[in-house]
Amino acid sequence: MNAHHTASPPAKVSGMQTMRDKWNSLSRVQQWAVLIPLVVLIYLLPVLNPPLLTTEPNYNFPIAMFDVARYALIAIGLNVVVGQAGLLDLGYVGFFAVGAYVAALFTSPDSMLHKLPYLAVLPLAVVVTMFFGVILGAPTLRLRGDYLAIVTLGFGEMVRLLADQVPALRGNSGFQTVGHPPGTRADGTALFNQTDGKPWYWLAVTLVIGVLLLVGNLERSRVGRAWVAIREDEAVAEIMGVPTFKYKIWAFVIGAAIGGLSGALYAGQIGFVNNQKFDVTTSVLFLAAVVLGGSGNKVGVMLGAFVIAYLPLRFSGIAEYKYLIFGLALIVLMLFRPQGLLGARQRLLAKGREAYQRLLGRPEQISSDSSLVAEPGKEAGA
Amino acid sequence: MSEDVTAADQPEVPAEGGIVAEVARMSPAELAAHEAEVAEAVAPDREIEVAVGDTLLAMQDVTLQFGGLVALDSVNFEIRRGEILGLIGPNGAGKTTCFNVMTGVYRPTSGQVVLEDRPLGKRKRHEITQLGIARTFQNIRLFGEMTTLENVVVGADARHKTSVLGALARVPRHHREEREAVERGMALLEFVGIADRAADKAKNLPYGYQRRLEIARALATEPKLLCLDEPAAGFNPAEKEELMGLIRKIRGDGYTVLLIEHDMRLVMGVTDRIVVLEFGKKIAEGVPAEIRDNPAVIAAYLGVPDDGAA
Repeated sequence: MNAHHTASPPAKVSGMQTMRDKWNSLSRVQQWAVLIPLVVLIYLLPVLNPPLLTTEPNYNFPIAMFDVARYALIAIGLNVVVGQAGLLDLGYVGFFAVGAYVAALFTSPDSMLHKLPYLAVLPLAVVVTMFFGVILGAPTLRLRGDYLAIVTLGFGEMVRLLADQVPALRGNSGFQTVGHPPGTRADGTALFNQTDGKPWYWLAVTLVIGVLLLVGNLERSRVGRAWVAIREDEAVAEIMGVPTFKYKIWAFVIGAAIGGLSGALYAGQIGFVNNQKFDVTTSVLFLAAVVLGGSGNKVGVMLGAFVIAYLPLRFSGIAEYKYLIFGLALIVLMLFRPQGLLGARQRLLAKGREAYQRLLGRPEQISSDSSLVAEPGKEAGA
Repeated sequence: MSEDVTAADQPEVPAEGGIVAEVARMSPAELAAHEAEVAEAVAPDREIEVAVGDTLLAMQDVTLQFGGLVALDSVNFEIRRGEILGLIGPNGAGKTTCFNVMTGVYRPTSGQVVLEDRPLGKRKRHEITQLGIARTFQNIRLFGEMTTLENVVVGADARHKTSVLGALARVPRHHREEREAVERGMALLEFVGIADRAADKAKNLPYGYQRRLEIARALATEPKLLCLDEPAAGFNPAEKEELMGLIRKIRGDGYTVLLIEHDMRLVMGVTDRIVVLEFGKKIAEGVPAEIRDNPAVIAAYLGVPDDGAA
């Protein structure tokens, strides 16, 4: 079948593309053989504290890594909405805030409702933010493009202002001692505390992996195809039988769920929630991670999250100029690589690859077929 | 039922490319005898009815107004099951508007579109697709960033039942539907003759391939009625010839085809009946020979009588 790879035309091959092709040509087992050590390495990062990578002494490295993992989770969620379904959401921080407030309301002693263990609050935060996703999505997803962006921007601000104005949400004074997962150390202190980032990092990475697998399942199904079809041409998608409204709502709801999850995670680690952390700038930072890394590519947006979250912590000298630098970086990137660091994938469906190779494996049929029809294509193209 | 026709020349796969030329040589009668064989490859589960028969879709007094502009004015015609109906008319006559009304893009101001005795009413566009009307676009509108095969599978998804949660949990139905969709998608790509580019992005395909992919994607939704909006636009004569073969082959598979086309030779050569629109009104209807000699049509559309067939 290799001999017949000539049948498919040599596309523009970039370095990234060849790497991806190589990766895709590996068997499932080989892929795991690469992935498992990589995952182990990622888990060990805060313990290893590698000299060049470390953010110390300016910033605690495990906590820095937790921040990166949290941003990665957010980027994966926002990528479903923006990258997959192509719905520009400028108020994603709203879902993040809802998740954080759910965690605070149900676990902080400052709240009347602090009855729940932290681990029960994570799924609750997911459910509540999904509900908010429907609330926001149902009326607004009839809008497109710029209009949707403006409405979502408004939603993000509404959540923040509600936190300001509703007495039960305690405005600026906020909620102290938000809960954390159970477990104690040998010396009797809590396993998950504010000074040691390692357990939080491991929890976050585990959630990232779980979410990656689930979102990957969706992307490699009719749901993912529907999202991309909507992004490409919504009117045509609908005419081809895609219930576009339903799938847009689902994109919103799934994105919201992941945002809520990361919000609850954030609230637990930092231990304190008030109205100061959920402004538009944060929303834009989330979006920057997605766009920078490569909208529509899960690995890409995680890379983007790494850049956005890690660089200011690593190079504390630039921290106060970070918006300036990210802004410039985005402008340069849009000029030279508008698809982001890692562009959206171009791959055949998993089962399609097999079918395609079966086809290429039958030279006598495909060659007679294509020689007949290749001509009109060429002529028309010329 | 008609194995003698295919078995002689095409022992292996009915949907092979050579058949395009072969089918193009056949008379309509031979084609009708030949259809079931090919149909097996592309539409295994379909109930095949190719005899030009009862009414599949009816436009009943359809009027469509945009403000003061009457785009369609009490248009009445029927599409019969298994036929190739041509819809012609000068630019701006309302042909594509007709398509848009049938596929739910526009709702008629008055009158109705009836598919198999059911009025389309206020159904959404994707519901109309699921009822069995599919279309291609005059200006090609593929999902450019998706691969050729994915484009077709999006069409096939119209018949899939896997829910979002089912896809999340990868239930057996998901796996079965994915497998079937890919197989059927590849068969369709072979059917229209572009399977060799299945793994390429749709936007990178040559023009002729893109036109064929539009047809394959529409067929993937398993339509009862396939609406082709100027499928030969931009084709040279040889390509038009091949396209005629393909359209006949599609009809041979049991699909009913509605064809908008400007090329008179193609329309006269491939259709069973023709409806002529002018300024949103139907001015004639009949078999190609009648339309060719119809004075009203000649006046409206063909200009000089002697050029009728050219």
